[in-house]
Amino acid sequence: MDVSRHDIVIVGGGGAGLRAAIEAAQNNPGASIALVSKVYPMRSHTVSAEGGAAAVARDDDNLELHGFDTVKGSDFLGDQDAIQYFVQEAPKELALLENWGCPFSRNEDGTVATRAFGGMTTKRTWYAADKIGFHMLHTLFQHSMRFKNIVRYDEYFVSKLLVDDGVCRGVAALDIRTGEYHTILGRGVILTTGGGGKIFPFTTNGTIKTGDGMALAYRAGVPLKDMEFVQYHPTGLPGTGILITEATRGEGGFLRNNQGERFLVEYDYGVGNKAELGPRDMISRAIVQEIEAGRGFKGPYGEYVQLDLTHLGEDKIDSRLPFVRLLAKTYVGVDPVHEPIPIRPVVHYMMGGVDTDINGATELPGLYAAGETACVSINGANRLGSNSLTECLVFGAAAANHAMDFSKGSSDGNEAALTAQAEEEAARVDELRGRKKGGEKISAIRRELNNVMESACGVYREQESMQHGVGAVAQLRSRVADLRLEDDSKVFNTELITALELANMVEVAETLAVSAAHRKESRGAHTCKDFTTRNDDDYLYHTMAYHDAAGPRLGKKDVVLGKWVPEERKY
Amino acid sequence: MSTTEKTIVISRFDPDKDEAPYTQEYQVPCDPSWKVLDAVNFIKDELDATVSHRWSCRMAVCGSCGMMVNGEPKLTCKTALDEYGDRVEIEPLANFPVVRDLVVELDGFMHKFESVKPWIKRVKERAEDMENFNEKGTYSQSAEELGRFKQFSMCINCMLCYAACPVVANEPEFLGPAAIALGHRYNLDTRDEGTEERHEIFRGEGTVFSCSYANECSEVCPKGVDPAAAVNQAKFGAVIDWAKGLVLPRAPHAAD
Repeated sequence: MDVSRHDIVIVGGGGAGLRAAIEAAQNNPGASIALVSKVYPMRSHTVSAEGGAAAVARDDDNLELHGFDTVKGSDFLGDQDAIQYFVQEAPKELALLENWGCPFSRNEDGTVATRAFGGMTTKRTWYAADKIGFHMLHTLFQHSMRFKNIVRYDEYFVSKLLVDDGVCRGVAALDIRTGEYHTILGRGVILTTGGGGKIFPFTTNGTIKTGDGMALAYRAGVPLKDMEFVQYHPTGLPGTGILITEATRGEGGFLRNNQGERFLVEYDYGVGNKAELGPRDMISRAIVQEIEAGRGFKGPYGEYVQLDLTHLGEDKIDSRLPFVRLLAKTYVGVDPVHEPIPIRPVVHYMMGGVDTDINGATELPGLYAAGETACVSINGANRLGSNSLTECLVFGAAAANHAMDFSKGSSDGNEAALTAQAEEEAARVDELRGRKKGGEKISAIRRELNNVMESACGVYREQESMQHGVGAVAQLRSRVADLRLEDDSKVFNTELITALELANMVEVAETLAVSAAHRKESRGAHTCKDFTTRNDDDYLYHTMAYHDAAGPRLGKKDVVLGKWVPEERKY
Repeated sequence: MSTTEKTIVISRFDPDKDEAPYTQEYQVPCDPSWKVLDAVNFIKDELDATVSHRWSCRMAVCGSCGMMVNGEPKLTCKTALDEYGDRVEIEPLANFPVVRDLVVELDGFMHKFESVKPWIKRVKERAEDMENFNEKGTYSQSAEELGRFKQFSMCINCMLCYAACPVVANEPEFLGPAAIALGHRYNLDTRDEGTEERHEIFRGEGTVFSCSYANECSEVCPKGVDPAAAVNQAKFGAVIDWAKGLVLPRAPHAAD
């Protein structure tokens, strides 16, 4: 087996991974940085973010306001030390992205323009029309090419963390093109693989979002934190789930029911005069309630409400929201200049993830995580739109610096033992390739998993369905051990990759269902019909899910409070 | 919803098993809302798990799912299936080596992409460059200055333009539309100081002057980048810089 050695190994080539690689490479010109991704970095799902990235930029804004908005948005479950660090670093990180060439939209005086976003007090979302994720990803990827000490492993699938003497020292990775395993060693490993929205049937996420990094850490004994908190974005296209950015509302769009009413104004959904610019959890709940009250529209892909941009005019839509216009035309046949867009809430983002401290460090020495994969936590029970791209930058950079520091004080470990672990993993996966003796079909299990998760962990949740979901996912986990695979070829065997991803999805889904069933309160995006209020006395803590043979074992971690004392969350 | 049955013909090739590509036909019940990619995914999920292809975002921005559809390069997640008849032939992108089935090799493309130095090049290191930043720590740039390069920054690297380009077909070393457009994008950016160096690259191996103005690249581009315009502008700039170099002393290159 090929063995290569680097100073650190980054798994995942999206926003957080590329930012981490650049930071490590620039600050340590003599170090070798491995960047391992199952896709070419420009395919990473950061590419699909549309609306913008948040950081204080205007004279009427300050760090205090951004901090409080984020804490309140999190329903007081975000860690306030992490949030303060985040808002303080955010403007510097976005300025760097600008310096590196990101084509941000501009004000008349040549400064970067900002727009309004949900739950944010003032305009602090930096944008590039409605394609910030695409531009951020490509800017980072192209900038990363400056650094000859970044060694890319494009289309390598990491299926195991290598741990020796209690320290993470590398990864075992399948070269998808050849089908051969590689041992990629480093004295620090950073997971930046994004979220796992594909465990749900209706999601904005691309097909690559299968929770790989979360599953890798979890199996290595690192807890997943706050997994019950799943963000439903209010505005996805029916059928495909394609994201229609919150910037549509930031630019003045309205949500309407079948009476033509702006229901966020007409009825009390807790968003106050923020109306369409309320936080995502509240607006998604409002849409579901409108539909349940009979005020939705019926369509071939379920009921929906309307996002009305017609009053914005063609010029504004073309200059600020051109991608939205293209998406609506291409995928639902609607031109938003003339007609409202049908939308419904759609799984978008995982607030939970690999438990890290403020430096991106996990409980496992040598292992770090950043971006959606990680739960630091700045997002708590509900993330504010446009904080996540900035989070990738702030904590990608932080994790890189801390992982590099760790690597300098750590040793290479026992290379023979590490390689032996990789050999064992290669043998396991080799057995799975073209495994005809199994009885379960990948696409069937994935469909069942999707259905279970939607009924157990939707916008509104109930004990009974969550408990049922816990049992159903546990069964699926055992059935995944009996997959039948048809493709025995080594070269670019995507069926094999899909099987490995499915195993990751099921484990991540199980932590999600178990964490959700245990939290008997309503907080942020976790809304229970049988426990309708927030309960700080019993549940103001982070849920920790540890891997166990029988299924996830739960623990607790204190929320870091500070100057912002929990209060009722009303806008 | 009622479906229409179509014959989807997939080009198959596994280098470990096959001497040459061959085609395989699948009968697929197609939903009228489907894109071409949905039919390939249906085959993969329900009919034949050994078919290999790339895809991810299914919203025309990640650039993974470019394929030849009835002989034309298409972004399959953006291309409506009902634009085609009962029989749809799907092949890997032309002008690239095939890894397997519908998967092509990107090595050459990535090399060209990197060779145009697609990043902001500055003569001074960032720490010495602060005088050029405004109080927010950013460069100032007008909407008009942004507009000069914005279009050329919209490339999603889907490589359809390489599959369409008659020059790439005959001269594999030609830098090609996307890479030239990308280099040109940085040349037009007011924040960049690397134009002369990129013009040298444009005049070197894989030279921009190989372009024969076929304009195929711009016709197939799913994002309206118009790489043909970029290539033409790049040719002009590269010539002017070359002529200047004959009479003027060379300025120092910006650092990588």
